[in-house]
Amino acid sequence: MAGIIELERVSKHYTKSIIGVDDVSLSIEDGEFVTLLGPSGCGKSTLLRMIGGFEQPTHGRIFLAGKDVTWEPPHRRDVNMVFQDYALFPHMTVGQNIAYGLKMLGVGRAERDAAVVEVLRLVGLPDKIDQMPHQLSGGQRQRIALARAIVRKPKVLLLDEPLSALDARMRDQMRMEMKHLHDKVGITFVMVTHDQEEALTMSDRVVVMESGRVAQDGRPQDIYDHPASPYVANFIGTTNFLPGGVVAADGGTAKVAVSGIELTALTDRPQRAGDVVTVGFRPEKLRVVPPEAACGNILSGRVSEVVYYGLGLRTALELDGGETIYVDSLLPDSLARSGLPPLGSRLAVAVEPHNVFVFPGGGAP
Amino acid sequence: MTLDRRTLPGLIVLGIPLLWIVVFMLVPYGILMTYSFWVKSYPSFKPDFQFGNYILLFTDPQYVQVLWRTLKISLLVSLASFLLAYPFTYFLVFRCRWQAVRTWLYMAVIAPLWVSYLLRAYIWKTILGTEGILNSFLMSVGIISEPSDIFLYNQFAMVVTLTYIFIPFMVMPIYTALERIPPNLAEASSDLGVGPWQTFLRVTLPLSAPGIAAGFTLTFCLSFGDFIAPFLVGGPDGNLIASVIATQFGAALNWPLGSALSIVMLVIVLLIVSLSDRIEKSSRTGGT
Repeated sequence: MAGIIELERVSKHYTKSIIGVDDVSLSIEDGEFVTLLGPSGCGKSTLLRMIGGFEQPTHGRIFLAGKDVTWEPPHRRDVNMVFQDYALFPHMTVGQNIAYGLKMLGVGRAERDAAVVEVLRLVGLPDKIDQMPHQLSGGQRQRIALARAIVRKPKVLLLDEPLSALDARMRDQMRMEMKHLHDKVGITFVMVTHDQEEALTMSDRVVVMESGRVAQDGRPQDIYDHPASPYVANFIGTTNFLPGGVVAADGGTAKVAVSGIELTALTDRPQRAGDVVTVGFRPEKLRVVPPEAACGNILSGRVSEVVYYGLGLRTALELDGGETIYVDSLLPDSLARSGLPPLGSRLAVAVEPHNVFVFPGGGAP
Repeated sequence: MTLDRRTLPGLIVLGIPLLWIVVFMLVPYGILMTYSFWVKSYPSFKPDFQFGNYILLFTDPQYVQVLWRTLKISLLVSLASFLLAYPFTYFLVFRCRWQAVRTWLYMAVIAPLWVSYLLRAYIWKTILGTEGILNSFLMSVGIISEPSDIFLYNQFAMVVTLTYIFIPFMVMPIYTALERIPPNLAEASSDLGVGPWQTFLRVTLPLSAPGIAAGFTLTFCLSFGDFIAPFLVGGPDGNLIASVIATQFGAALNWPLGSALSIVMLVIVLLIVSLSDRIEKSSRTGGT
């Protein structure tokens, strides 16, 4: 079945050399919460604006509910956008802002008023109907922008960095509220963000973008636990990268030489002995073990820095091979009492084979 | 109050302009006000307190007519400036893709302000006159066979000339107002299913209202007080209030009447300014 949004080999070339979006094909299912994630300039906002109709692709086609809308202007598309700075009309009250898009749908006055009241209740601001936008706080404006967009019951709601203008505490709260809102209204949400935490916590599916292309497309857990490239591994979460070489490979497992030792990795990509690879593992997947432990996959070195951040510790470990890796550990009660590991002390950490990423080619991002 | 080191600089900075305004604005207005109650007694005038001058202004058809004509011409100039300036400025702000073109076109509108006012009024004399460019053009394309004198020395010529001279004062505030409208408001409107024309009427136009009000005020007040255009291109039925005032203070030697006229003019201008101020305030706070 075709999705509610189908992007068919969509590209946006500003000039021959400046390419905003490069050959992106994407299918978004009805009711999904999809996040386009990437650093600024990766083309995610351009892609969103093309779905909204504010920009036109130079190649490819865009389908909305089976209909080719590539060249339709925004006001003829059944999608609505929540703008980064909300774009509320400053000369209209909250109620007028929300009712604005309903008039054009030919909704009668009584029905319109009822819809405005209902959507304001949905976003939790029923008493703000007669206020002007400049009288509201950032979080309230955000909710009004959401209300204004969903009151038209569009097929798809587009969100352009919706939380970036809020302070941290408000952002956390809105994150959950938006997720609940998505569950309640059942509209497809497509959100653009550069915040990996937002992407992981809110969405059903994350599309990681890199210089105009899709770097990886999958569920948050897949993206985090099985990144497709060092770029993805580095952009989402923190990853230690070490250059290595495949020593032996056998189906799903590979033995890789890194930093003077051998690591066993479970990998879904076929490896061949002699391949030059980049090995990655996440700091929080490393487990501190006694130095004389006999199990495999042990890296050991000297503590060169310890950073305390309340919930846990980040330890910089200078491996015997010379590289530095980071180890994240939750702070156990005993350690909190006994103090932090002294600089220069020896430390050994183990990593499970399924937590070792093996990427083809050398060179960490 | 004692003057210490902290208040002295403030007093000087504030005091000099304050003194300037009092001496060169408030005092002259006071004198004008006083004169307007005096009576003329040939060949001079003598102090009095009576409203004869004002009564004359509002009863003598000659003056009432000039007052109405001035109001009409000023309104026409403001309206013509607005109708020309708004589409042009809209194009500059929202449609013009090249920054350089925008800057040049904007400068092209503003630059005439640096040319002598008199020269700019004279330009229209050479365009509209019997030997002028308009006549030679119309003759060369065969629409008329002889030079016509219907273009110059009438109210139409005055409106054209004054519009030309004062249009920068309409363009500048509208440009500023349009530039301050975030472009994504039009996008949001379009996103909410509203077409370009409705978007203009319901978002862009109301949000540029302060600029329009300022432009109307400036062009209206400037035209209202103008007395060179009537003198150069106005002709026999082109007397405006300012030229009448000039006559009263000059040839007619009736300062009290001239003063009364000036005060009436000042009151009208102040009314317009306060009205536009109110419009601007209400649109800023988002009023209805």
